[in-house]
Amino acid sequence: MIEVANLTKRYPGFTAVRDISFDVAKGEIVGFLGPNGAGKSTTMRILSGYLPPTSGTVKIAGFDVFEQSLEARSHIGYLPENTPMYHDMRVHEYLRYRAALKGVESSQIKERVGDVLEMCDLLEKERSIIGTLSKGQRQRVGLADAMVHDPDLLILDEPTIGLDPNQIRQVRELIKNLATRRTVLVSTHILPEVEIMCSRVIVIHRGRIRASDSADNLLKQHRSAGEVRLELDGQPGNARDILAAIKGVKNVSETKLGSGGLYQIRTDADSDPVSAVLEAARDNHWLVRAIERKKPTLEDVFVDLTQGD
Amino acid sequence: MRTFFTLLGREIKSFLHSPIAYVVLFFFLIASGFNFYSGLSFLNQSPSEVTVVESAFNTVLFWFPFVLVFPLITMRTYADEFRMGTIETLATAPVSDWQIVLSKFFGALAFYLLLWTPSFLYFIAFKQITGKEAALAAGAYGGSYLLLALIGAFYVSLGCLASALTNEQINAAIMTFVAIFGFFVTGLLGFILSSPSQGVRDVIAYFSAVEHMADFSRGIIDSRPVIWYLSMTSLVLFINLQVFQYRKWRA
Repeated sequence: MIEVANLTKRYPGFTAVRDISFDVAKGEIVGFLGPNGAGKSTTMRILSGYLPPTSGTVKIAGFDVFEQSLEARSHIGYLPENTPMYHDMRVHEYLRYRAALKGVESSQIKERVGDVLEMCDLLEKERSIIGTLSKGQRQRVGLADAMVHDPDLLILDEPTIGLDPNQIRQVRELIKNLATRRTVLVSTHILPEVEIMCSRVIVIHRGRIRASDSADNLLKQHRSAGEVRLELDGQPGNARDILAAIKGVKNVSETKLGSGGLYQIRTDADSDPVSAVLEAARDNHWLVRAIERKKPTLEDVFVDLTQGD
Repeated sequence: MRTFFTLLGREIKSFLHSPIAYVVLFFFLIASGFNFYSGLSFLNQSPSEVTVVESAFNTVLFWFPFVLVFPLITMRTYADEFRMGTIETLATAPVSDWQIVLSKFFGALAFYLLLWTPSFLYFIAFKQITGKEAALAAGAYGGSYLLLALIGAFYVSLGCLASALTNEQINAAIMTFVAIFGFFVTGLLGFILSSPSQGVRDVIAYFSAVEHMADFSRGIIDSRPVIWYLSMTSLVLFINLQVFQYRKWRA
């Protein structure tokens, strides 16, 4: 559905996107992650046909977004960052205008607008003036606008910003439901969101793609994969060496914690040393206060991939 | 074509939704009414050979609100879209840039022409009350209103261009005013310069809205101003498209 090849976008004085390439297959929900200023919005703007790339090509549904822009654009539902819209229009009026603009048949406009109003839970606000809506409501109008012409591909730039937790859940469900028939590229800063929603994650940092994989695989590959936290009463002198000798353990760090000691045991990705550690504790008569197996979160992965350099 | 009319409809509606449109309409109506009145009283005080139409369209009172109205009409066309960011939703819809530029131009032009429609009632009222024709021939009405539309098209295109250059309506308004004033004053140089050469006079004649109006309101439809205004409008719209794309791409 999306084919991006060697895409670069340069502005005077800095390069927002450097030579990135990725494909998104039909039916995928792809999370687009990266710190602010990483080039997410720029990439999305290029994909939506708003900005021309400095070099490289983007194809949407087989159409080059720059050469065959109108055809490509008619396949895209795009929600820009900050959901700009005309504040002087009423919700249904705006959606009808947008539907007509995006080439929905006149006879179907009413039906389509009714559908998206319902999907986005906007039926009560149908006649409100957009300027009087709250941020979350406006966000949903933006989503409704993106979907009104029933596009194959949705490009959503931070769709959940400004929404309360209930609404975030609604939007998430909405996007998941949509994805049965559509492809979705969504950028967000809410990482648990991505874990639940997306079949694949693309992490971009300083204009380059740092990772592109499923959330599960990213977590597995993360360097903090497999860490066991062991808290002991007192600090037995040989504890560190004994722990380090356990099979699969890469290294052990020891810190003083009140009257006891905290041992952070790094292990290989696949091995699970918890039972071996407990065995060692029993054999050496250590008093275990707590033992915890830490799983890396997507946040760890994100921080790891996007910090430094 | 349908896309274009959808865009045009939205442009015209956005004019009619904004309070400033009604303020402009109100004051323009007062100004043009007063202008008609003063044109008539000028004829009453010093009877001369000119017709009512000629008199009404050639006073200083006519040109003053005329030049002022364009910045007010065109200032929000692009500036507002850029400031609000709606340009991004607009330009990512399957719409060509030409369609956007033309719809904005024709939307503003339509509103400008709407401003002039009530003025025609003055001449009808004049005929009803006095039983006399306000002009010698129908061509004088046709010429006057044709020229109003032509000058309007050119000045509206200048206003759209200015608006496409900035995010702030007020900047757009000032730029429009300066540009129109510049063209207008260039046209007046013929009256100001002492004995300009024939070449200079010929060039100035193209800029002179006042001289064009003097001809057209007499029913003399000269093809040179017609072509001049149409080609200048096209040129400015072309530049407008370039500016629009440049700003969009640089965003």
